[in-house]
Amino acid sequence: MSTAPRREVLEKLTPVLTKRWLSPEAWRLDVYEQLDGYAALRKALAAHPDDLIQLIKDSGLRGRGGAGFPTGLKWGFIPQNDGKPHYLVVNADEGEPGTCKDLPLMTHDPHSLIEGVIIASYAIRANRAYIYIRGEAVNAARRLRNAVDEAYKAGYLGTNILGSGLDLDVVVHSGAGAYICGEETALLDSLEGFRGQPRLRPPFPATHGLYASPTVVNNVGTIASVPYIVLGGAAWWKTMGTEKSAGPMIYSLSGRINNPGQYECGLGVTLRELIELAGGMQPGHNLKFWTPGGSSTPLLTAEHMDVPLDFESVAAAGSILGTTATQLFSDQDCPVYATYKWLEFYHHESCGKCTPCREGNFWMVRVYRRILSGEGTFEDLDTLLDTCDNILGRSFCGLGDGATSPVTSSLQYFKQDYLDYIEGRTPPKLSAKQLVGAH
Amino acid sequence: MTVQYSDDLRAKAKEIVARYPADRSRSALLPLLHLVQAEEGHVSPAGVEFCAEVLGITKAQVGAVATFYTMYKRRPTADWLVSVCTNTMCNVLGGQEVYDRLTEHLGVGHEETTADGSITLEHAECLAACDYGPVMTVNYEFFDKVDADGAVGLVEKLRGGERPMPSRGARLCTLKEMAVQLAGFADDRPEGVADGVAGEPTLRGVRLAQEHGISVPGFDPETPIKAQEAK
Ligand SMILES: Cc1cc2nc3c(=O)[nH]c(=O)nc-3n(C[C@H](O)[C@H](O)[C@H](O)COP(=O)(O)O)c2cc1C
Ligand code: SF4
Ligand code: FES
Repeated sequence: MSTAPRREVLEKLTPVLTKRWLSPEAWRLDVYEQLDGYAALRKALAAHPDDLIQLIKDSGLRGRGGAGFPTGLKWGFIPQNDGKPHYLVVNADEGEPGTCKDLPLMTHDPHSLIEGVIIASYAIRANRAYIYIRGEAVNAARRLRNAVDEAYKAGYLGTNILGSGLDLDVVVHSGAGAYICGEETALLDSLEGFRGQPRLRPPFPATHGLYASPTVVNNVGTIASVPYIVLGGAAWWKTMGTEKSAGPMIYSLSGRINNPGQYECGLGVTLRELIELAGGMQPGHNLKFWTPGGSSTPLLTAEHMDVPLDFESVAAAGSILGTTATQLFSDQDCPVYATYKWLEFYHHESCGKCTPCREGNFWMVRVYRRILSGEGTFEDLDTLLDTCDNILGRSFCGLGDGATSPVTSSLQYFKQDYLDYIEGRTPPKLSAKQLVGAH
Repeated sequence: MTVQYSDDLRAKAKEIVARYPADRSRSALLPLLHLVQAEEGHVSPAGVEFCAEVLGITKAQVGAVATFYTMYKRRPTADWLVSVCTNTMCNVLGGQEVYDRLTEHLGVGHEETTADGSITLEHAECLAACDYGPVMTVNYEFFDKVDADGAVGLVEKLRGGERPMPSRGARLCTLKEMAVQLAGFADDRPEGVADGVAGEPTLRGVRLAQEHGISVPGFDPETPIKAQEAK
């Protein structure tokens, strides 16, 4: 039974980026234009590019791709008058387990992303922009390509855009199924036609990005926020969210609630409030564990329902805000099994470049299989923690670090669930056959 | 030995290469691999050779890239690629049963094609649709909230020559036709782009706000952009 949220909780909703999704044809240029579309572009092109960078700095906008890096600062790192081409690359690879906010945005409001791309390119003085979209996202890519074509025909892309002197070409580039390509330097290698493997940093993309030129890589949600800031101003943007985590954020709720879905709220909303918005927990399900921002962010528990979901508060609670992919699991779900499935994922997606991640995930998957088939030992738990020690901070990119998150956090909060398998109180979840087949 | 490919394919390859800066043609490799997959349903040695020839790089270089990415198939595929999400969320919501049942029903495992050549099955990682879980896709178009019986019914329709309508997104096309789109070409069906409305989970939050008259106050599109003082 779905319960109705109270008024004060409803008021946490901040429909900004999601608002046009209600208009079923907003993906069409003519409809988009009727809904404020490309008004921000006209306004931005009348301003100085440096003033736009300052505006984004003033707004406090932070990256929506997981790390929360200040966007204006990132744009400001691009060297000017260096004689090199500059690039804007939109990270539309959305693959972090649990994350499902960028695909609907590109499907239902693709022009808002393109408008943001044009404004951002103007600000950082880029004449080429790429949208690297996850290969499997065929429906979003179709709408996006259609929107790019429409934008060219209407003079929003191409040469001398709206008479401003700005030239910009945009290419929608489909990936081919590799989570690691969401990591920004792996994405750049992939976009250059190589295997998607992360690069050593420094140098950073701001100076040596795509084709060794200054490059900004931003998430879809980050770039799609830009037109709203240009229109409404930095002060308005900051009326949402908290002082250090400003603005609205799309929280993606999945799992054991009555109404899973996308809920755009000011940063700092709590899980308790989100659950209320989502009509409560499903009957017979009590919250047991959840990810605040995808599987790479340490699990939290029912104790953490009042943690404000902003960058600082989630970090203080021992996790990471990440992509605000809030996956909710109940007392009917097993944290050991959940972690095992995530590790299968990290093992499969490890690019193989560095040993701790490649080998560590391989071994941890085997340990989990052993535990879940009732053949685990107490040492296995130490092995898991040791392996995580060897991966965290020692792997080449965030994928390795992320893989340790569910392991260490589930062991921290749910050690008993592990012991129940090892000591035979929980029946094996995997059969001996699966164990053999797995080798 | 030069591979024989049609003029149309060569023209398309040229178009792909032209999207990237002249001295950066290698950027065209991923779309080119999608393109050759559109010809044969997988990336064959001939396809690898074609990409190498177009870009002036070695076959080994192309092969190393092709094998890195899940969506490039090394063996022939059927017209219908059925992918079941078995990542954690879909898994606990029933995705594992869906996959296990399809395996049993079709008599194939991961990345295998049925004896009648109609369906290629695979399990997939999180498909960015957890709010619709458990999900499966046919040629990457979504079928939401599936269960084992529904999934069996779906593959049986496909085998019977039907094209069931996905829950969201465009009506089905074959995997080869989809690979052309992945290579960056527009869907040539006018209805392809128009198909598909947002599902309820996508709209839930914004609809709640609308129903209760909630919007963000103080939005004034005329708010001036502050100009910095001249340095
Ligand atoms: C393994 C891994 C996967 C990632 N996947 C994505 C992704 O799919 N989308 C995304 O925007 N950022 C992803 N990121 C973060 C990017 O590296 C980068 O921080 C982000 O694109 C920067 O954009 P932002 O500042 O706008 O957030 C990933 C990072 C790692 C380590
Ligand atoms: S941490 Fe994993 S994904 Fe990242 S570079 Fe190392 S092996 Fe590759
Ligand atoms: S876990 Fe299946 S779509 Fe995310």
